Amino acid sequence: MTAVPSTSAPLVIQAAKEAAWTILVVGLLSFLMVGYQTEVLQGQQMSFVNRFGDVIWAMVLIPIGRFLLVLARGGLLLPPAVLGGIATLYLFGAAVLGLAGSPLYGQLPLPYDQPMVNAIFGVGAVFILAAAIKGQRDRRRGAQTLEMREAAEARQARIARNMSSILGPILIVLAIVIPWTPWGDRAVVDSLVLVMTYVMLGWGLNIVVGLAGLLDLGYVAFYAVGAYTYAKLSIALGFTFWESLPIAGALAALFGVLLGFPVLRLRGDYLAIVTLGFGEIIRIVLINWQSFTGGPNGLGNITRIDFFGLPFERNPAPGTESFHTFFGLEFASTHRVFFLYYVIIVLALITNFVTIRLRKMPIGRAWEALREDETACRALGINPTNTKLTAFAIGAMFAGFAGSFFAARQGFVSPESFTFIESAVILAIVVLGGMGSQVGVALAALLLIGLPEVLRDLSLYRMLVFGGVMVLIMLWRPKGLLAYREPTLLLHGRRKRNKAGVQS
Amino acid sequence: MSAAMAAVSPAADTLLNVERLTMRFGGLIAINDVSFVAKRRQITGIIGPNGAGKTTLFNCITGFYKPTVGRLTLHGDAGHTYLLEQMDGFRIGQKARVARTFQNIRLFTGMSVLENLMVAQHNKLMLASGYTVLGLFGWPSFRRAERDARDKAVHWLEKTRLIGVADQPAGSLPYGDQRRLEIARAMCTDPIMLCLDEPAAGLNPRESADLNSLLLSIRDEFGIGLLLIEHDMSVVMGISDHIVVLDYGRKIAEGTPLDIRNDPAVIRAYLGEDGQE
Repeated sequence: MTAVPSTSAPLVIQAAKEAAWTILVVGLLSFLMVGYQTEVLQGQQMSFVNRFGDVIWAMVLIPIGRFLLVLARGGLLLPPAVLGGIATLYLFGAAVLGLAGSPLYGQLPLPYDQPMVNAIFGVGAVFILAAAIKGQRDRRRGAQTLEMREAAEARQARIARNMSSILGPILIVLAIVIPWTPWGDRAVVDSLVLVMTYVMLGWGLNIVVGLAGLLDLGYVAFYAVGAYTYAKLSIALGFTFWESLPIAGALAALFGVLLGFPVLRLRGDYLAIVTLGFGEIIRIVLINWQSFTGGPNGLGNITRIDFFGLPFERNPAPGTESFHTFFGLEFASTHRVFFLYYVIIVLALITNFVTIRLRKMPIGRAWEALREDETACRALGINPTNTKLTAFAIGAMFAGFAGSFFAARQGFVSPESFTFIESAVILAIVVLGGMGSQVGVALAALLLIGLPEVLRDLSLYRMLVFGGVMVLIMLWRPKGLLAYREPTLLLHGRRKRNKAGVQS
Repeated sequence: MSAAMAAVSPAADTLLNVERLTMRFGGLIAINDVSFVAKRRQITGIIGPNGAGKTTLFNCITGFYKPTVGRLTLHGDAGHTYLLEQMDGFRIGQKARVARTFQNIRLFTGMSVLENLMVAQHNKLMLASGYTVLGLFGWPSFRRAERDARDKAVHWLEKTRLIGVADQPAGSLPYGDQRRLEIARAMCTDPIMLCLDEPAAGLNPRESADLNSLLLSIRDEFGIGLLLIEHDMSVVMGISDHIVVLDYGRKIAEGTPLDIRNDPAVIRAYLGEDGQE
């Protein structure tokens, strides 16, 4: 079994030393933040309640964890594996019981009252277990050579590619049939509409960030342009959703070009800062231009989406038809939700299809080349400004479509929906999904938008879990969930390339 | 009469006419009043010790720098002339058709070898795809252009013996292959002048002999002019038709390889003054 390495005595001492330091660090960090809780007494007065018991527990448990982690990394695997495994099972099991509201939870000896806090310690235990398992795997393989690491990377890329080609169609079929399954109730489909909106935004931003490599932190501005375009056209001129959709896209693209012209000579961080500023400018204009945009109150009474001229109204105006009267159906509020869902799926799939086509066009290759090396592009006679502008404009156009859909779905727009955090979430979806990977972006949107919806009951911990998921993905898959790049054209075909991959 | 004409208009085989080129960076004069002529169907070598201004000269010719003083006239096909010092960087590649490679290789490392060569034909393909609009609908003329571009890429892959690795990421190739790929990529832009910045750097003797024959065949088959910066004397002396020597930004000598080899100014620049110990 696990042979104890000859260096085990110094290892234990070293681990003990680190654990001692950890006691100090945990004490310093948690003394004020965890140790005292402010409480409002009788309406006016504030007082402190001390929670030194919790601090002591943290100062005991975390150093033990650190001790075991150092042992596991140093090659002494058995104790960390056993203790880490037991702690994982126990803490997560208890957390599940607690969240389910089982009376058993109160009787278990646990360090903390709240199930989620115990679960966080459980995550720590998982890390210890993972370190032990990794140590065992490395030992069996021996030291990893460079070739082995390269081969492992190639294998991962191949898995990502296969996953994408299998997962993509499955996800599309699932997305199409889910309203007709028993799970497809109104709330679920409503959440999925939101998820699909972000999938579409992610795919749109993927053109700018993933393909052209331009870090855009103000993408939500174009979403806002699309939404307000439809809102104004609908309120002022009585346009329907379908009539204003192309106008919204064109206007957003125009804004993309307007922003792009002055700023696209900037690179990297500078571009990111300027786009961030642009996003804020649009939002602040929306807040302050009271007469046109309604200011902070936004614009209401936007015509809701209609079924190609047939509104989804319970009681249509006399002499007009509504969706349910035209088709002779019983009125149901789900009609509109389902229709919205299919509209956004079609819009998102168009975005996807166009992106995939564009990638194989000369312009798509030029985007990727520009991302890799702008200087070389210049030397090859590629106009960098025009190339970047098209990426910006096309990305913005899809945001405009999505924004117009958003307005038609809500029936109300206000600047509050277009804050920086939206841009950040969309960017997170693109980066976590794996830049340039279409299926990865869809998965990431499902994770980042769908998960908070699922966890609505635990709203207190929502952002915590959100942050945790982001950190974990960055740790395990730093290039994104499904990061791989398929060449846009192959000379020898895939079969031969695969064979070459197996040999290496 | 005809003698007077010849004195005014350059000789018919002049490709690039560099006149009184000066490039200043603040107080530093990187190139000082350099004039020379590069001819069609010739390899013009540019040599000089480190810091002599060779790469700066290249950057002026290919539009990465705007020269402080001087004129760069390129005599293109069908009597077109281009004043390179007045053109935007990318237009020199697009319109004047001057291609270059870089001292530190600049490939699109994440893209496949074949894609690198397709990107080089961007402008032609862009036009054929009707600025993407027709291409999106699979227009036949675009498909044809794409097939032609691919054939051209394959031709260059065969010529540089990279056909076997066409689908691999350019960044995964060994160093010598990357050098050859960069040359192939530059040639895919259909240049009339090719500027090579130390193409033999880091190559072993066998690879650099290979490179020599590749460059000679480019000169002879395509009839274009080559401008070559090189430290490897076996390459420069072996294949150059004409050599320009720079030192501290000035042109100190010009002539055939044999002239240069025996030129006292050149020997001084490379080996130092006699008895300077």
